[in-house]
Amino acid sequence: MPQVKFIEFDGTKHNIDANNGDSIMTTAISNLVPGIDADCGGECSCATCHVLISSEWQAKLEDTSETEESMLDLNPDRSAESRLSCQIIVSDDLDGIVVNLPEFQY
Amino acid sequence: MSGIVIIGAGQAAGQAAASLRQGKYEGSITILGDETQPPYQRPPLSKQYLSGELGMDRVMVRPEKFYGDQNIALHTETRVESIDSSAKSVTTSPGDSYQYDKLLIATGSRPRILTIPGSDLSGIHYLRTINDVDGIREAMQAAKKICIVGGGYIGLEVAAVAVTAGLQVTVLEMEDRILQRVTTPEMSEYYHDLHTGRGVNIMVNTGVSGFQGEGHISTVVCGDEKIDADLVIVGIGIIPNIELAEAAGLDCNNGITVDEHCRTSDPHIYAAGDCTNHPNPIMGRRLRLESVPNAMEQARVSAANMLGGDKVYASVPWFWSDQYELKLQMVGFSTDGDTSILRGDKAANQFAVFYLKDGEVVSVDAVNSPKEFMVCKQLYGKTVDPAALSDTNVELKTLLN
Repeated sequence: MPQVKFIEFDGTKHNIDANNGDSIMTTAISNLVPGIDADCGGECSCATCHVLISSEWQAKLEDTSETEESMLDLNPDRSAESRLSCQIIVSDDLDGIVVNLPEFQY
Repeated sequence: MSGIVIIGAGQAAGQAAASLRQGKYEGSITILGDETQPPYQRPPLSKQYLSGELGMDRVMVRPEKFYGDQNIALHTETRVESIDSSAKSVTTSPGDSYQYDKLLIATGSRPRILTIPGSDLSGIHYLRTINDVDGIREAMQAAKKICIVGGGYIGLEVAAVAVTAGLQVTVLEMEDRILQRVTTPEMSEYYHDLHTGRGVNIMVNTGVSGFQGEGHISTVVCGDEKIDADLVIVGIGIIPNIELAEAAGLDCNNGITVDEHCRTSDPHIYAAGDCTNHPNPIMGRRLRLESVPNAMEQARVSAANMLGGDKVYASVPWFWSDQYELKLQMVGFSTDGDTSILRGDKAANQFAVFYLKDGEVVSVDAVNSPKEFMVCKQLYGKTVDPAALSDTNVELKTLLN
């Protein structure tokens, strides 16, 4: 079971044993990790599941799709580490991935 | 044992229970819902769940195990019959009684039902629940001619799935254009052309007067006109489920009346989601919304306030609709605008129509244009240069400064 390490904006850590095939977003909301709203339920329609992932881990992820890129582009907290967590599917390759949560979702 | 009781087991109920536990509430949480499943996402039902693209597991908001793990008592297939606000208890149809310290009413809404000759024939469906859609999916396997009553978002989403699946599709709309209740003539025309281009037959100014068939639907009657159909989906709007609240003496007026804290007229009772009529401080008026983001955020606000918080619900409404490969994302109400500004190319199916009122941005309809959708969330209520807004060479980001 791959582990996902969520870190809230205030530094609170949540180490979660995730299911392969679930998204990072689903992993968060199924385990009461705060900071992800996920209003659209994972359809890449709302951008309320914004997270920050370091470049080392980003290298193991699929590139952002055009839709994800567009949704992120106008996020006021956008950085090079920004991703939408509904678009990242957990696998054994991602065991130990560190996911930083922003202060707000927009 | 008292605690928090939630009536309804839809998305607002599930989110409220999760938010209560996130808020470190350790008391009892009881969810009482009359559906078969734990809280699930309703929006995909008329889209990817109907088409078969998403299965049941992907539609669930959280796995069923979540509720047990979090010590949330989830009672499905349990209908609440009454609320006794002086005894602070609710009674279910099996006759069980639950005491509460705080009560959340998240009863949602139900489809408006047609009662015309023949409306009890088999093969006439409504779309609200997973069980409804399972029935429609099964019926679509055998059906050849589907008639959709009502040209709103639900009807058009079903039309898109059905025509893509190879069915002959007719959409009947009483008004002179589809989406009349929710959008501008310009967007109605765009979606009319989109659907007719894919082979959907749309009949406007056409009200249904009856259904005919030998036990099963075979003909939809619209005055003098008759349309062959072996499957009918009726999507003519919803009715908020306010009866329990009304019977308990709570203030209701086109929804359960709540304040900006999601409190009803009883200080121990809150309400969230489709069933509420709530103030929107940003828009300066009361709203009743049929919307998931509204249900989710009101659930979070209710949960915080049931735990003694002072959270205010103040969000600009937003919506989305998926038809074919097109994603429509909307902010605000286009009908609030006095001026519309087109950005992008309609012929390329990638454009946004912004709506301004007295020069301020109040809404957008964005088709395959997520940036325009995101920018409108931030531009709401702000004055912009219309020429810049319409010019795709102007980066939207520059308008935010």
